[in-house]
Amino acid sequence: MENIAGKKPALIWAKNIAMAAMVLIWVIPTFGLLVSSFRDRDQISATGWWQAMLPVELTARARTGTEATPDGPLFRVEGNIFDDEEARSYFSGTPGDISAFGTRGAEPTTYPAGTTGDLGDGETLTVNADGSYVWITPEKPGSRGQRVYFAAESPPKLTLDNYRTVLSGDNMGRAFLNTLIVAVPATFIPILVAAFAAYSLAWMEFPIRGLLIAGIVGLLVVPIQLALVPVLNLHNDIGVGQSFVGIWLAHTGFGMPLAVYLLRNYMAGLPRDIIECARVDGATDFQIFTKIILPLSLPALASFAIFQFLWTWNDLLVAKVFLPSADEAKVMTVKIADDLLGSRGGDWGILAAAAFVSIAVPLGVFFSLQRFLVRGLLAGSVK
Amino acid sequence: MANLSLKNVEKIYGGTVTVLKDIDLEIETGELIVFVGPSGCGKSTLLRMIAGLERITGGELDIDGMIVNEVPPAQRGIAMVFQSYALYPHMSVRDNMSFALKIAKMPKAEIDERVERAAKILQLDALLDRLPKALSGGQRQRVAIGRSIVRDPKVYLFDEPLSNLDASLRVATRIEIAQLKESMPDSTMIYVTHDQVEAMTLASRIVVLAGGGIAQVGTPLELYEKPENEFVAKFIGSPAMNLIPGEIIQTGAETHVRTKDGGEAISTVPTLPEDLGKTVNIGVRPEDLVAISDGGPFLYHGKIAITEALGEVTILYFHPDVEGRDAVIAKLPGIHKNMRGVDVKVTADPSKVHIFEDGQSLLYRDRPKKRITAGVH
Repeated sequence: MENIAGKKPALIWAKNIAMAAMVLIWVIPTFGLLVSSFRDRDQISATGWWQAMLPVELTARARTGTEATPDGPLFRVEGNIFDDEEARSYFSGTPGDISAFGTRGAEPTTYPAGTTGDLGDGETLTVNADGSYVWITPEKPGSRGQRVYFAAESPPKLTLDNYRTVLSGDNMGRAFLNTLIVAVPATFIPILVAAFAAYSLAWMEFPIRGLLIAGIVGLLVVPIQLALVPVLNLHNDIGVGQSFVGIWLAHTGFGMPLAVYLLRNYMAGLPRDIIECARVDGATDFQIFTKIILPLSLPALASFAIFQFLWTWNDLLVAKVFLPSADEAKVMTVKIADDLLGSRGGDWGILAAAAFVSIAVPLGVFFSLQRFLVRGLLAGSVK
Repeated sequence: MANLSLKNVEKIYGGTVTVLKDIDLEIETGELIVFVGPSGCGKSTLLRMIAGLERITGGELDIDGMIVNEVPPAQRGIAMVFQSYALYPHMSVRDNMSFALKIAKMPKAEIDERVERAAKILQLDALLDRLPKALSGGQRQRVAIGRSIVRDPKVYLFDEPLSNLDASLRVATRIEIAQLKESMPDSTMIYVTHDQVEAMTLASRIVVLAGGGIAQVGTPLELYEKPENEFVAKFIGSPAMNLIPGEIIQTGAETHVRTKDGGEAISTVPTLPEDLGKTVNIGVRPEDLVAISDGGPFLYHGKIAITEALGEVTILYFHPDVEGRDAVIAKLPGIHKNMRGVDVKVTADPSKVHIFEDGQSLLYRDRPKKRITAGVH
């Protein structure tokens, strides 16, 4: 009895290892994205997310003061670089030691800290590791001090600023609402239509039923990009145009083959005896559908609802095509792609924060529908 | 409470495959009819045709004077208990039982009353709010029966209702069904089974189906004592009836048959003078064979190949005398030890000896012969 199929220790190990590998492969980048969403833009570009808890070497710029004391024929300006407000703004906590400095933005680390840099024409600048500097210049400084660039270690900085930016972005609330307005009907309409279709394809006898099922399976492989333009043309011709109704119809159509296929297969697997029993009990097809089939199909309905909601919630392409481009009609994906990223290209922190903001609702949907994905719904019915 | 009659009913699938043909049957109010037969004989199909779940492709089905061939199941006044129970898994026992009544828009008070009454009969009172998954097999079976009782149908249909229960529960539930039938003497029931014990104990009449037709209809004891043909003779009774070939050597009120092995059988089946010399099979049930020790006339003799001691009876299997023919079996009351290899002579009371010519019993020579092609199980 030790070696019944499916109970082999080697197989169990292989399964567990494969499972652990898959979990790791998915969790690591997600976790990285989560960490990045709390990091500062400069820190993100300096080090990877796994170093988020370590100090980061940042390049900052500052100006020296202008209060000069004559030193022979020259003028001497002394002070601490960190007294400059611009320099402070780069660092979140107490800045670490300065490692190098320079006077040109293109080469911010020309001279190691503590050495004296020759700026030409008898002008020199010394910056020490603690930030104190000595600038000697032959001419009396005017109202602006000398430009200084330097590299110093900054303590790790974790912040909610990215979330603040995403959430307080112009019309972000509106975009969130728009996404809901798109995703909720785009989930329920196909379920409603497909459930009826699936019942008839599974349990009602009529000619060309087999052909219809084959056709639906065939439609599963048609890429939606193929249909975007013709469908939009059709919408324009019949007066729907670019609108919420249009995108509901589009999502309904694109989701329908999978919905019908999934639900039909599930319903066809329900025990024939139950349906025949209901028929003998006098139930009409509609009553069999609503009172027997629908409650028993909850797992299939829930899994399709999760699929469809996730896809419509995260969709960018269909929203771009079927919704007007006006700001008040933008959904979150469009808003994030166009406004937040478009104007701040490569702003990973914001991208990551936006991803986590928009993932919250699908997660909620998943966990609330998950309780319907139960096994043993048919227990006690037959045998 | 209905008469049910089938006239020339047939079932043909796809225009070519004939599953049932020429089914003629009259069922009276209050009968418990059992359809019995080997697997694939069409007994469940016939039941489903009566229920309205399969189309009747030919003939007429008449319930209470109305032809119902095209009437949907719910309006035929039938209730069906499925082999798999087919309980609605998401509904409590109460909802399962009241489903049909709610669909029929019966007043709530009456639904409650009917459900309570059925629950009382079936001892389900305490379980009314449970889901099917919280019930044992026997309880599920009772719910399935209760679901049909509440509808108070003209005809109850049972499709192998006990086949999913384990052996001891099956006996108990069989007795419950018999008691249920007794408590509702006016109800008409049709019961499908492949278990001949269920058939013999429950039925007021048994319909033996074989090869797409009816092999015989009769009370259980009629079928046992006067089988119309070899099929029924072998199907009813266990072990099956012995068939031994022979030749009629004397006709009249008593018929004498000489078997090929030199034995001689006397039967009370009357024969006509022209039957003399005909080749026939004599049929004797194993339990009717008696061992004899003297040198008198014997019906059969042979060496015992195998014995099975069951305590109350001992079953003796003779060596098959011709390759391929079924061995003769004798069932002797009591315990008989050391019989293996012993040469035994047996005979039988003339009233217990059947004579079959060409598969048909000579008792029923006036009835049309039936061609039964299906093998015996």
